[in-house]
Amino acid sequence: MFELTKAQKGIQKAAKDFAKGEFDKELAYELERDNEFPTKIWEKAADLGFIGIHFPEAYSGGAMGLLESVLIAEEFCRKDSSIGGALIHASYAAECLLRFGSDELKSTYLPKIAEGEILSAGAFSESDHGSEEKTIETSAKKDSDEWIINGTKKYVFNGAQAGFYIVLCQTDPDASPTEKGQSMILVESDRQGISIEKVGKKIGGNMTTTATVTFKDVRVPSINLVGKEGKGYDQLQAYLNESRIILAGQALGTSLGMFDRMMDYVKGREQFGKKLAQFQISQHKIADMATKIELAKLITYKAAWSADNGQLDAKLSSMAKMTAARTAMEVGGQTIQLYGGYGFMTEYEVERYYRDAKVIELQTGARDIQKDIISGAIIGKIK
Amino acid sequence: MAILNYTDEHNQFRERLKSFIQREILPNGEQWEKDHIVPKSAWQKMGQEGFLCPTVPKEYGGPGLDFLYSAIVSDEMTRTGYTGLTAGLHSDIVVPYIVSFGSEEQKKKFLPGCVTGDIVTAVAMTEPGAGSDVASMEMTAEEDGDDVVLNGVKTFISNGIICDLVIVAAKDPNVEDKHTAVSLFIVEDGTPGFERGKHLEKMGMHSQDTAELFFSNCRIPKSNILGDKGAGFIMLMQKLQQERVVSAISTVAAAEAMLELAIDYCKNTIVNGKPLSKKQAVKFTLAELATETKMNRVFLDNLLLGHTAGESVIAETMMSKYASSELANTMADRLLDLFGDFGVLEASPLARSFRDLRITTIFAGTTEIMKTIIAQSMAL
Repeated sequence: MFELTKAQKGIQKAAKDFAKGEFDKELAYELERDNEFPTKIWEKAADLGFIGIHFPEAYSGGAMGLLESVLIAEEFCRKDSSIGGALIHASYAAECLLRFGSDELKSTYLPKIAEGEILSAGAFSESDHGSEEKTIETSAKKDSDEWIINGTKKYVFNGAQAGFYIVLCQTDPDASPTEKGQSMILVESDRQGISIEKVGKKIGGNMTTTATVTFKDVRVPSINLVGKEGKGYDQLQAYLNESRIILAGQALGTSLGMFDRMMDYVKGREQFGKKLAQFQISQHKIADMATKIELAKLITYKAAWSADNGQLDAKLSSMAKMTAARTAMEVGGQTIQLYGGYGFMTEYEVERYYRDAKVIELQTGARDIQKDIISGAIIGKIK
Repeated sequence: MAILNYTDEHNQFRERLKSFIQREILPNGEQWEKDHIVPKSAWQKMGQEGFLCPTVPKEYGGPGLDFLYSAIVSDEMTRTGYTGLTAGLHSDIVVPYIVSFGSEEQKKKFLPGCVTGDIVTAVAMTEPGAGSDVASMEMTAEEDGDDVVLNGVKTFISNGIICDLVIVAAKDPNVEDKHTAVSLFIVEDGTPGFERGKHLEKMGMHSQDTAELFFSNCRIPKSNILGDKGAGFIMLMQKLQQERVVSAISTVAAAEAMLELAIDYCKNTIVNGKPLSKKQAVKFTLAELATETKMNRVFLDNLLLGHTAGESVIAETMMSKYASSELANTMADRLLDLFGDFGVLEASPLARSFRDLRITTIFAGTTEIMKTIIAQSMAL
């Protein structure tokens, strides 16, 4: 249990080699500055099978599990948190399709994602606050063999570039509780009636574009329903549970990326006649960081392993995501501190990793949301 | 339970400053963030309206006020959320070197311009290899006839691009003891051999210009030596004290401003039918942050009382500087959680605070240096 299989180690090494060969510091600087997606690297990553590695082979995937996806996320983000983050989320929300979609939808769209033809997006949120909404305004009405969709979704990741959106819609306005009337519908981004407004720069994660997407009388065939009618909310929760494991892998890699750079720095930088690594306070900071990273790794791998073994556990996913993201923030804070003034300078990269880490921490809910989920699962219903 | 005795004059000064900020700072802040610099004209306006160098004596063109006026400026400027117009750095950190150590000639020559904003100042201590360890600086100053010849590189210099005058620390290569080798020099814009390097890109404080400065055979007259030869290190350490007080004023104000913003946001943001502020975890978070902010405020005001009275408050200053900068950072990080997705957008005011504040536990002496000095104060 405490060792990766030979195949997993192979994937880990392949991801590491790919990132080392393709990710470039100067390019990363430019892409982040210009808010651009790393298109060329994404295409190569898809060619080599890194995108959608957890899809079945029939859909151009690698028939692997979440643990393998986590290993890739870790190695990619370790080499560059922003490029890594953009690649990992190239298949954003595709898991909704993978787990709940019809064979027809899956065979049409999953290969396009895995082969690097399109990006995917999930259009769930409507408020400024997050995705824990049980009441939504976006509606989908049936009109013979079509859905007519109306509404506005906020904070849509990959929103300006996606080939399709998985849209959470209210299909039954009379349902009680309201979330029992929600369904997921796949909407291709070239449908009539879609307008997109980019949110502009974010604190981090600036190689993906986040947008507000408005659907006005957008018509899609009824077969675009993903999963079951009225099950949209539950499917979204299941998807989020799964995606949190990947986010944990992203956070883990981001921590390691900062830690690696910090270690090089403290062994080289001299102040008061000693290397920074020779001060006891630095040593203890390093010990704390390494310990937290190890904890984050263990819980992330366990969450992925559990999901791969048919025991996707909402509580564990949230614990992993919360722990790994917090670790990235703590490691980032101390890494910048040890770098001193250099840590604040763009040229030294770690400030970008730190900003990216905060975005990971807020994605799919900040600490408080994760704690609500964890405690909810532990306490259960009180009579 | 006011600790500080702000007079009616202080309060009127604050109101005038707030109105100036509304007119001149807030409408331009976003543009300055994009430009990565504040135009000289903004400095001059601030000077003309009497908000620069409050403590410079009247005989040198200043208003001759007490340090509480300076504290008001740093406090209110921090609350704008824009860090570019670094009035506190100029008025209360750099200019005091000239006031305290300058010759009569230097004071008459430079101070009136510092007060009007025609001369913007910077201090150059840090070098690529000498950060916390100031004394390990390598920049040299060698006398040659009536001149001093400066050679070396300084980095992370705030106001590095815009400054008209920079106070530079350099050592005499012929003096072995690294502390007594250091002297301070006034270098003016346009002096041959003084070049500005890259305008450095940073995580935050985008409207403030930070740069490397290069000195190669930069010749200045001996009359530009500031204070006693060989007393540079002592002067730096002495003035770092007020620099840290100014830092604490800013980070406490930043914490108060963020808290106010968050309370407002949480009251007015409805999640699943209820304001965020009705959630128990949100209430407790804000209660904890308010407690820590208040404790830092009371501590700081008490420190200011001692500082303005000229008492020795070295350890207290280090405590205030480090505790409030750490708090402001923790707070920005934590409040972003409450802001959720909106907090991630650069358009959210908290995003900028999060980026800007990260340097406050590093500049003017890191938290680790603060703790080292506090330990020394306990004879450890």
